[in-house]
Amino acid sequence: MNPREFDVIIIGGGITGAGMQRDCAMRGLKTLLIERSDIATGATGRNHGLLHSGARYAVNDPESAAECIKENRILRRIAAHCIDETDGLFITLPEDDLGYQRTFVEACQKAGIDAEVIDPDQARRLEPAVNPALIGAVRVPDGSVDPFRLCAANMLDAKLHGGQVRLHTEVTAILRKGDTVEGVQVRNRVTGEEEIFSAPVVVNACGIWGQHIAELAGVKVSMFPAKGSLLVFAHRVNNMVINRCRKPSNADILVPGDTVCVIGTTSTRIPFEECDDVAVTPDEVTLLITEGSLLAPSLSSTRILRAYAGVRPLVSADDDPSGRNISRGIVCLDHETRDGIKGFVTITGGKLMTYRLMAELATDLVCRKLGVDKACETAETPLPGSEERSYEQVAQKIWETPSTAQKAAASRLGTRASRISTGDSREQALICECEEVSAGEVVDAIERMDASTLTDLRRRTRIGMGTCQGAFCACRAASLLAGSPGGTARERADLANFLQERWKGNFPIGWGETLREAEYTQWVYKHVLGL
Amino acid sequence: MKLQEYTSSRHNFEECMKCTVCTAYCPVMQVNPLYPGPKQAGPDGERLRLKDPYFFNYALKYCMNCKRCEVACPSGVRIADLIQSARIRYDHTKPKLRDQILASTDLMGSLARPFAPIVNGVTGLKLTRGVLDATLKIDHRRTFPRYSGRSFEAWLRRREKEQSAFTEQVAYFHGCYVNYNYPKLGKDLVKVLNALGVGVKLLDHEKCCGIALITNGMSKKATSQAIHNVEALRKAVSAGLKVLTSSSTCALTLRDEYPELLGVDNADVRDSVMLATRYIFERLEKGATLRFKPDYHRKVAYHTPCHLERMGWGVFSEKLLRSIPGLEFTSLDSACCGIAGTYGFKKENYEASQAIGEPLFEQIRSVDPEVVACDCETCKWQIEMSTGYTVENPISLLADALADE
Repeated sequence: MNPREFDVIIIGGGITGAGMQRDCAMRGLKTLLIERSDIATGATGRNHGLLHSGARYAVNDPESAAECIKENRILRRIAAHCIDETDGLFITLPEDDLGYQRTFVEACQKAGIDAEVIDPDQARRLEPAVNPALIGAVRVPDGSVDPFRLCAANMLDAKLHGGQVRLHTEVTAILRKGDTVEGVQVRNRVTGEEEIFSAPVVVNACGIWGQHIAELAGVKVSMFPAKGSLLVFAHRVNNMVINRCRKPSNADILVPGDTVCVIGTTSTRIPFEECDDVAVTPDEVTLLITEGSLLAPSLSSTRILRAYAGVRPLVSADDDPSGRNISRGIVCLDHETRDGIKGFVTITGGKLMTYRLMAELATDLVCRKLGVDKACETAETPLPGSEERSYEQVAQKIWETPSTAQKAAASRLGTRASRISTGDSREQALICECEEVSAGEVVDAIERMDASTLTDLRRRTRIGMGTCQGAFCACRAASLLAGSPGGTARERADLANFLQERWKGNFPIGWGETLREAEYTQWVYKHVLGL
Repeated sequence: MKLQEYTSSRHNFEECMKCTVCTAYCPVMQVNPLYPGPKQAGPDGERLRLKDPYFFNYALKYCMNCKRCEVACPSGVRIADLIQSARIRYDHTKPKLRDQILASTDLMGSLARPFAPIVNGVTGLKLTRGVLDATLKIDHRRTFPRYSGRSFEAWLRRREKEQSAFTEQVAYFHGCYVNYNYPKLGKDLVKVLNALGVGVKLLDHEKCCGIALITNGMSKKATSQAIHNVEALRKAVSAGLKVLTSSSTCALTLRDEYPELLGVDNADVRDSVMLATRYIFERLEKGATLRFKPDYHRKVAYHTPCHLERMGWGVFSEKLLRSIPGLEFTSLDSACCGIAGTYGFKKENYEASQAIGEPLFEQIRSVDPEVVACDCETCKWQIEMSTGYTVENPISLLADALADE
């Protein structure tokens, strides 16, 4: 069999592409996934990490709401190690209309979301960080999800089912014979090497960048790039998701995720050309702090770690200037019926929450095209790592008295944490002290999860995501990466690039402790280590 | 653009720049590989504990609460407070019988005092120490403080009239050690203060400051004692009195551990509580004088207790000692003696405790003073046991050097 021939080629290593590759691979297809950068670099990794209950969409977009709650329940089953079952509150503040609460709860119930009106006192007890001035609260099954982990787990499972992955590889052309797509031409962005892969079906799962890939295939898909900015606070202020119970607006969701919490978002339409380089503006920072403090007053005096922005992969519908009212619904385009181009499929729209459903719909279409009759199993089969629901049990099974780093590893890797317990004492050395990431975890990410740069490692292990923003872990992790091809010279450049990327996120909120920290990092790397 | 004017976090943990100087200064880190160190146990661990209390690490019990990390921290993070707070918040294991006994300095004192000669004889026996080691895991190599037959409180009460004759008064938080084990230190303080024209009053029923309860997992009891003590301090302070202690750890506990660890508000009385050496120094600065023996001569090496260093007051004790004519003064290097209250009594900590103190012991041996001066009773036990040198509180040395009336 030709190693360059596949049943299906998926373009895009976000959650949609990864989920799709897993689904295809589980149905027995020979798959190749191509990603021009790393996993979860687009909208997948640039959102709240909110495990939506669907409540946010219940009033305006009931179809998305119903999808969300269904997928919410599925993800709790299949992706336990990526999820924190925190529950969420929708609070009404004195300046909000308490009457909206009834509309909201009714819409939730219609969509099948358990929405329970609770007493403001009870809300203050459940979540001490909540604005104590609240006059109403509804409890919903929101949670948080780690999109990097979810994406990596899908890709890993695809690989376990024979899938192949090419990261840092760009599609330069979609190859067509007449009106039939036959494959892709790609260029490795690190080595510059060009290759051709062929498959009877090519799937465009590139989110906002899908517009460009569609152009390469000679079809038109108009996206609506809407930038959303968010702030990461340096520790968890809240342990439940806090939302405003009103029409969705700016900066009205505060999500606790791993060791931090995230406030967002804004929504601004941007030109397509700017999608690759979005920055958070001072006005957005002001807005996020001001509005965020209405959800949890302590945010106004909590250290901010980073600011970041993502671009929603919305599909153009009407002239809505903000994009708030565009459906978050799934768009699955069969370009054969739509444009007369055979063997090309675009899967876009949707959201992180509904990635699995998107993958299922698109895979169903691919299977019909290939004449494969196999049912989807992704809603029942746990992802690798998620075979056990609680990380406490995972840690207890592997280690008699787990250390904090081992507990943290279990919370990040789930049952896969047993992989890093090799008995080698070096494996326990801490690479990242802020997030308690051991050398064993970093090596696992390099060896089994295709990490080839420090930024890749960050997405898979959380190194550099903690308070020191890479000051201590970056050089240690670089020493582990330097063992792989390319050696020390490449690692030196990688290190500089990584620290620059960390600074990019610190810059918009560069004051107080975060500025001191960045200064300190600069002293160490520039003036002590001579980088 | 709106900047945050300030940020705040529990015990300033978000001020941490991860520089790790605390870990380099931690005495435990250097001898016990099981201890994660102040940075990991403190600001780093706090973020994980806020996510889920499951991330609490029981190895935090190896922290001696010496607070040397806080002295070292360039960012003002209350690292030891973070660690002790985490223990209070998340460690719900019931304290062992041994720890309950060690922590109950007040109760043990009241029980032992009436039978002091017998208790002192029995705890001095090798056999007793062997039994305590085997049953309670109190290390057999450790010597016990001796109990006094008469309490300091009873002694001072009999002198109430004579003390109230002075025009100026202070209140004295004597602590368990002075009351049950070593009333002489309290008597020495009374002598010095009287020589300055100041009378000494007891507080309205002081209780043990509670530091041993805090570090041994009995924070509930410590809190109720703190509330009682702050009330007693309030009475004295509102009557216009300063409250002095002769133990650096009692002072630190009353001033800082109450609000930081136990959440007991003492803002209205905190500034009135101070170590006696500071009070005496300040009076002398303002012009008061003491008459010293003309022919006094003593070679003294001064050890600053960790908690005194944390308060930044070692300088007062040092200056007082240096002002005594005929006193040959050597300042010992800043180091921890290793006992940390009840910590060093525990069998599992004994080796670490002695290893931590060794550089200090070594320096004392090389200086070879007639007496070591130190403001902390548990440092005194440790240094006396480990070096054979006698240790006295600077107050006692001062009293000894005073010219007889």
